[in-house]
Amino acid sequence: MNEGILVRADGLKVEFPSKAGPVVAVEDVSFQIGKGEIVCIVGESGSGKSVSSYSLMQLTKFSGGRISNGELTFYRRDGTVVDLRRAGEDRMRRIRGNEIGMVFQEPMTALNPAYTIGWQMAEGLRLHMGLTRRQADKRSLEMLRMVRISEPEKRLRQYPHELSGGMRQRVVIAMALACEPHLLIADEPTTALDVTVQAEILGLIDLLREETGAAILLITHDMAVVAQMADRVVVMHRGRKVEDGPVRQILQEPRHEYTKALLAAVPKLGDMSKRPGPEPMKIIGGYECAPAKPLVAGDSRLLTVGNLVKRFPIRGGIFGRTTANVHAVEDISFTVSENETLALVGESGSGKSVTGRAVLRLEEPDSGTVHFQGRDVLSLHPSDMRDLRRNMQMVFQDPYGSLNPQKRLCDQVAEPIRNFRLDEGSALDDRVATLFDRVHLPRSFLRRYPAELSGGQRQRVAIARALAPNPKFIVADEAVSALDVSVQAQVLNLMMELQADLGISYLFISHDMAVVERISHRVAVMYSGRIVETGSRRDVFENPRHDYTKALLAAVPTLDPDSSIRDRVKPISPPASPIHPAGYEPAPPEYREISSGHFVLRNASW
Amino acid sequence: MAYLIKRTVNSAIILLLTVSFVFFAGRLIGDPALNMLGPGASDVALENLRRAAGLNDPILIQYFRYILNLLSGDFGISYRYGFSVLPSEKLSEIGQPVIEIVLERLPATFFLAGASMGFAVPLGVIMGVTAAANPRSIADRIVTVMSLAGVSIVQFWLGLMLIVFFAVHLGWLPTGGYGEWWHVILPALTLAARPIGRIAQVTRSAVLEELAKPYIMTARAKGLPPTRVVYLHSLRNAAIPIVTMIGDELSALLTGAILVEKIFAWPGIGLLIIDSLSRSDLPLIQASIIVVAALVVCVNLLVDIAYRLLNPRIRIGKKEA
Repeated sequence: MNEGILVRADGLKVEFPSKAGPVVAVEDVSFQIGKGEIVCIVGESGSGKSVSSYSLMQLTKFSGGRISNGELTFYRRDGTVVDLRRAGEDRMRRIRGNEIGMVFQEPMTALNPAYTIGWQMAEGLRLHMGLTRRQADKRSLEMLRMVRISEPEKRLRQYPHELSGGMRQRVVIAMALACEPHLLIADEPTTALDVTVQAEILGLIDLLREETGAAILLITHDMAVVAQMADRVVVMHRGRKVEDGPVRQILQEPRHEYTKALLAAVPKLGDMSKRPGPEPMKIIGGYECAPAKPLVAGDSRLLTVGNLVKRFPIRGGIFGRTTANVHAVEDISFTVSENETLALVGESGSGKSVTGRAVLRLEEPDSGTVHFQGRDVLSLHPSDMRDLRRNMQMVFQDPYGSLNPQKRLCDQVAEPIRNFRLDEGSALDDRVATLFDRVHLPRSFLRRYPAELSGGQRQRVAIARALAPNPKFIVADEAVSALDVSVQAQVLNLMMELQADLGISYLFISHDMAVVERISHRVAVMYSGRIVETGSRRDVFENPRHDYTKALLAAVPTLDPDSSIRDRVKPISPPASPIHPAGYEPAPPEYREISSGHFVLRNASW
Repeated sequence: MAYLIKRTVNSAIILLLTVSFVFFAGRLIGDPALNMLGPGASDVALENLRRAAGLNDPILIQYFRYILNLLSGDFGISYRYGFSVLPSEKLSEIGQPVIEIVLERLPATFFLAGASMGFAVPLGVIMGVTAAANPRSIADRIVTVMSLAGVSIVQFWLGLMLIVFFAVHLGWLPTGGYGEWWHVILPALTLAARPIGRIAQVTRSAVLEELAKPYIMTARAKGLPPTRVVYLHSLRNAAIPIVTMIGDELSALLTGAILVEKIFAWPGIGLLIIDSLSRSDLPLIQASIIVVAALVVCVNLLVDIAYRLLNPRIRIGKKEA
């Protein structure tokens, strides 16, 4: 028997049956996990990294997969050895949740919405450890304390929807560790979380490894997470392992081309310091597109937003009166010049998306002013507004949801042109084809349907559609957040190229500081409905003044394997509730000017 | 609590609208006095009855009187039941209050509806869950075919077939009637066919949808046995469309068991409505319809309350309000 080894996968192959024969998701993958070790499997979507980890629990079969080859040796708690591929369902059930715990990507949906936290935690404990409900509750409470959740007694009686995403992920982790498993599989445990929460959860996982001695298999697409967490790394690409080794070796001396490309595509915070303007990313193995002109912002104002307010009423009582308001956007002002990118950054619930929609009047603001090309947008008649929309377009986050699955791509891109009667007949066809060239999509895609395209290709179509009426201004709401890093780099470069060639201005809404640093001229940091700091990119990134900006920057994981996540991140207090009773009017924001154009909010709360 | 009050007020408004409709529709279909006494009645007798029943007053006065009487539980006097002599101005002394006649029928109606749902709910849910837990399996196909058959079968024909087989051929059960508990078996089975089918269909699709959600994978990763995953985790979340369907079917049973009651000579409300229609007994028709409408409103209210109990997110909404 091999001391120190917990799991050894040899020649793993997983297939999914389809009408056209079995589709191989994972082939010939081998790795091992030592006791108490953190191993990261890193790869992009479709690389088979999740399927590999699910195989260890035979969970693949519930989504139709079949482990058709390989050996999955697991050294059990009692000293016996089992092949997880061949173990029967009864034995697997005693291993699942007991000797191997699992944490999933989506904390919002990973808990059953119909039962309390306490009920769901007790379930596994009663099953595996034979505890009574009372003993199980006691143990659950211990676990909740261990994952450092606030007010653990209260949480036991609460339902999942009453908890924030970060708290739910803590509950899921507590649940997975409750039976003291020797292996914890975490499948993208922080991908769906805000960056500050992500740092907290990663820090927690690292801490728990020390406290419990459990080995951790961490599945991620994020090289920065790898750098923070891993002892050893397995890089996967298209169902195969391309490289594995200690984290330092993978990050600093990657041997495989794919690993190098993956590392190059990651935007790193600080890459852009001392640079005057946005620059495209270097992409290895892909096409490169250097901008023809330097990305210098123009001087003339394109968009001016003043004292914008948007509140959402909460109704209650028998007569449905407004009892409180969610102050989504609270008195914010900013400008965007021609040829400029203003990044609006903040975490979920900060009001950045609502701001983007309010500027386009997709959401009617409650008060404030929006001037576009000198015209007062908010007082425009709907027919004039329609005219103006030609110049203001939007790209959404989810490339899967924002394209109509029933329509050909050429028709979707042609739709705004037809709508504004800009071109007809063969001129229209030419224009659509040119747009496809513009976003680097082959013309053979014109007659295809969205389902035939990958996420990145779809986002290009969405960009082509936004470009169709020749707009001056595009609101990009988390436009690259759902994409794999290599694809994200390409789409970012495309956006910069379009700005250089066509002189478009962007309102770039994002939660990702590293991406923002790469693409923006100026930055506005939003927190709980207000802009807490704004200035040029260099001002904000190189001389952050507001505590929240600093916390946001500190929370961004870096690719340096020597920096420990736990040392850097101080948990920041969760944002004050943006819900206020009806009639509440917060004090107007006061800003302090640090240097020319660099403003910091002085109000402590509002 | 606020929500409950709101829903109850809504229900009351719906009932008032029904009552109004029933009252005015009753006046539109002809002269009530003539309906009551029949075409051979003399002018004097008609006039006497009109005066006695207040039919000469303005229609709105009659309407408000009707509503006030309803509130005190007075649904009027039957034109037909309990008369030994021809109806006259002494109507209220010798006639039988319609509400008594209707209430007398309620136990039979409840018994039949309850027995049908007693068959339909467990069977339909188990069939639906079994199908959803094993999609595209033999069991799934059998359930799909059976539920389609249950939904599309003609009740009239099914009832007769059950009588021919179980009552006439095997002689195990009576062909019809009311009194002992086994009388209910055949009519309840006949009525259960459609609810079984529809509940199975809804359960299958709702559970199938839930089983694809991430929390199910969490439950499986905890090592829970499949029955627990399916019945405790997915079914609870799939319950809302299922409860809606059960409420719909229960309402249908309370209102529309007419054919089956006729076939099995079951003395429920359906049979009463047919009888009173054929006898043009206007007060009795009105009372039956109002009582049935009240039952349906109650079922809907119960379904709404069930939503709150099943879904903690709705429950919290109530607390905040």
